Amino acid sequence: MRFTRFACVIGIFFGLVFGANGFETEEQKIYSSSNATQTLRIISTADIEAFEPIVYAFQQQNPSVNIDYVVASSSELMKAIYEENASFDLAISSAMDLQTKIANDGFAKTYTSEATDALPAWAKWRNQVFGFTQEPAVLVISEADFSDLSVPTTRKELIDLLRDNPEKFTGRIGTYDVRISGLGYLFATQDSRNTESFWRLTEVMGRLDTRLYCCSGEMISDVAAGKIALAYNVLGSYANSRLKNTPGIRVVPLDDFLGVMLRTALIPEGARNPAASGLMIDFLVQLNGRPELNKLTGLPPINSLTLQEGSAMRPIRLGPGLLVFLDRMRRETFLRSWTNSIAQN
Amino acid sequence: MELGQKRRSIRWRLVIQLSIIAAVMSLAFFLAVRAVAEQAAADTQDDILAASATSIADALYSERGEVRLELPYSALSMLGTISEDQVFYRIVANDVTLTGYDDLAIPAAQDHSRTPVFSTTTYRGAEVRTVAMSRAVSTGNLAQDVTVVVAQTRLGLAATSSRITSSATAVAVGFFLVATLLSLFAAQSAVTPLNRLTKSVTRRGPNDLRPVVSEIPSELVPLVDALNGFLARLRASLTRSEEFIVEAAHRIRTPLATVRTQAEVVYRQMEKPKNKRSVREMIRAVDESSRSAGQLLEHAMVSLRTDQLDTQEIDLVDLMGDICERVRPTCDLKDIHLNLDLCAQPAKILGDPILLQSAVHNILDNAIKYSPADSTITLSLEKGDSYRMTFSDQGRGFGGADPANLVHRFTRGANVSDIIGSGLGLTIADEVVRAHNGYLEIKQNKEGIGACVSLVLPVS
Repeated sequence: MRFTRFACVIGIFFGLVFGANGFETEEQKIYSSSNATQTLRIISTADIEAFEPIVYAFQQQNPSVNIDYVVASSSELMKAIYEENASFDLAISSAMDLQTKIANDGFAKTYTSEATDALPAWAKWRNQVFGFTQEPAVLVISEADFSDLSVPTTRKELIDLLRDNPEKFTGRIGTYDVRISGLGYLFATQDSRNTESFWRLTEVMGRLDTRLYCCSGEMISDVAAGKIALAYNVLGSYANSRLKNTPGIRVVPLDDFLGVMLRTALIPEGARNPAASGLMIDFLVQLNGRPELNKLTGLPPINSLTLQEGSAMRPIRLGPGLLVFLDRMRRETFLRSWTNSIAQN
Repeated sequence: MELGQKRRSIRWRLVIQLSIIAAVMSLAFFLAVRAVAEQAAADTQDDILAASATSIADALYSERGEVRLELPYSALSMLGTISEDQVFYRIVANDVTLTGYDDLAIPAAQDHSRTPVFSTTTYRGAEVRTVAMSRAVSTGNLAQDVTVVVAQTRLGLAATSSRITSSATAVAVGFFLVATLLSLFAAQSAVTPLNRLTKSVTRRGPNDLRPVVSEIPSELVPLVDALNGFLARLRASLTRSEEFIVEAAHRIRTPLATVRTQAEVVYRQMEKPKNKRSVREMIRAVDESSRSAGQLLEHAMVSLRTDQLDTQEIDLVDLMGDICERVRPTCDLKDIHLNLDLCAQPAKILGDPILLQSAVHNILDNAIKYSPADSTITLSLEKGDSYRMTFSDQGRGFGGADPANLVHRFTRGANVSDIIGSGLGLTIADEVVRAHNGYLEIKQNKEGIGACVSLVLPVS
């Protein structure tokens, strides 16, 4: 490993760990630096493998910081910050809505620096929630199944394609089960807000006996294995990073509109070492200047230019609008409609 | 005036008063702008809160006897467009929270009004602006009263307010500075006529007692009238005293001449040397009085004439030549040689011939008087930037007296008690050259013996 000079792994705990705290963590890894004087405790929804290059690069730049990296689901992360007295210095999550709620409810610290000032306005909120990646929701198709079909570029074309070829797609479509996946729920609710065709598409997918997944990774694997022909609303960054060692799949960004999720970081109110959190936030929001890390992690950094080029990209707006779909009555209504549409039999 | 007491300048008093007015107006302006702008900002927040609450209330519906709500996306997102403030909401139907933040207080003043009710409270440690609105939702047979509460923190408002405050401060300070600067100009222009009057009075020569006629504002008319009245009285008084002197000198001189003649007669008839000496002393005293009276008369004439110069073109060369001729008999008596060093060309100036003759005659007379027998008096006339008539003798000089004091009336050198003199000769010469815009220069001769007096007159 390239960075063994700077860090050695003390311990890795796999599996579900029930700490004394009562929230579930999935993995924990401690990266200790040779001349560390402080520890930065991160709770994150990003897999260790995906985030590790960033940790090493950060420690190379800040050798005095040990990093304690804990992986948890977005809802457990929120629980850790809201209900438990778990002290983390930084919360990194792909659930923009939950991160926004944490900040709105007053559980996040304010932080400003030159680096955060340089962020575009749409990538931060209240100087508490900072976006550091922009990851679109894409369509992943199996090349084998589309050998004799034209690849859809809009949702309308996708609906027509599914309607016209029920024999090919019945049971062979995958999408998030929005009842269990926070990210899936976020993409689905933003779709419903942005396009009229979302509910028609859901109806059509429901009629074709769509398979529901918890995670992007499994959907991509199933497309690659030929179990399903297409997966809708897959996290583009995952799909792109799997492309090179997964033959037979293809990533299709729809160009009627492309919902873009921002992975965000915030400093919880109970942080013990907010100075180190600030260092990490500065590092994260400046990932744009480190294309080599982008290659290693597959996480596309914030870049206003890419948004101008592809006008179909529509970043989900940080702000109180994200609280709407977290409203328990609204969520209930949405899930009921969605369930009725997708699970028709 | 008491020492140390400050003279109060009209200009500074004006500037300070105008500045105070400007400061008060700037402050009033600042407060007004801030109040209006902050009210406008607060109203904007209230309007958006009301719009949000209305859109939530409009989205209420009933389903199977229950009140339901599909929270509109815009209801909360619109609050995010004006600022990055925290947003809280709560929907209550019959005292049961349907959705939202359970602990968000419902304003006490809620009287189930259909219009929005605003209040400012504290929630989660921050000041929030709250709007509450009631709506009746019919569920089957019965109508339920539903209250919608939407709250937003006021950090954006505070930021707007501080932005407005700093702009208003900048404008108010700028206004104050400009007003103060303008008040400086205003004060300056207000005192300009005063300065003009002061200048026109101070510029005058010592004998200029004409009335003041400079352009003045109406406020100064009484002052100038008083000044002119004073000048007229002063002029009248001076004229009276000059006339008195002329009259007095004249009345003294005539009887003195008689006394002297009679004394001469008596002197010749005296035989005892003791008596002869007494009469000689008497004649000498009479001479001195007579000369003083003559000089007083001449001085009075000069003083009167300098007020009203009777100018005509005169040639200084001729003038000096004439006077030399006039004094030559006196010089011959004392064996004094007059050495004239005049320039060849005529030296013409515009002046009063009688006054100038009087001045030159007085100087020359002095020179002869104080020169010892068998000495030389040198008269020269040079033309440079101005005409310089120099009279240099080989007499006793001034005996250490300050030459500048000698032009004062009745001041004489420290070493002249044995010679008859009035102490008015240099005074007369000085007044004459001054009246011609010239000056008198008195010094000891460079060689150490004698006096050197120059009359300097500008080339007209």
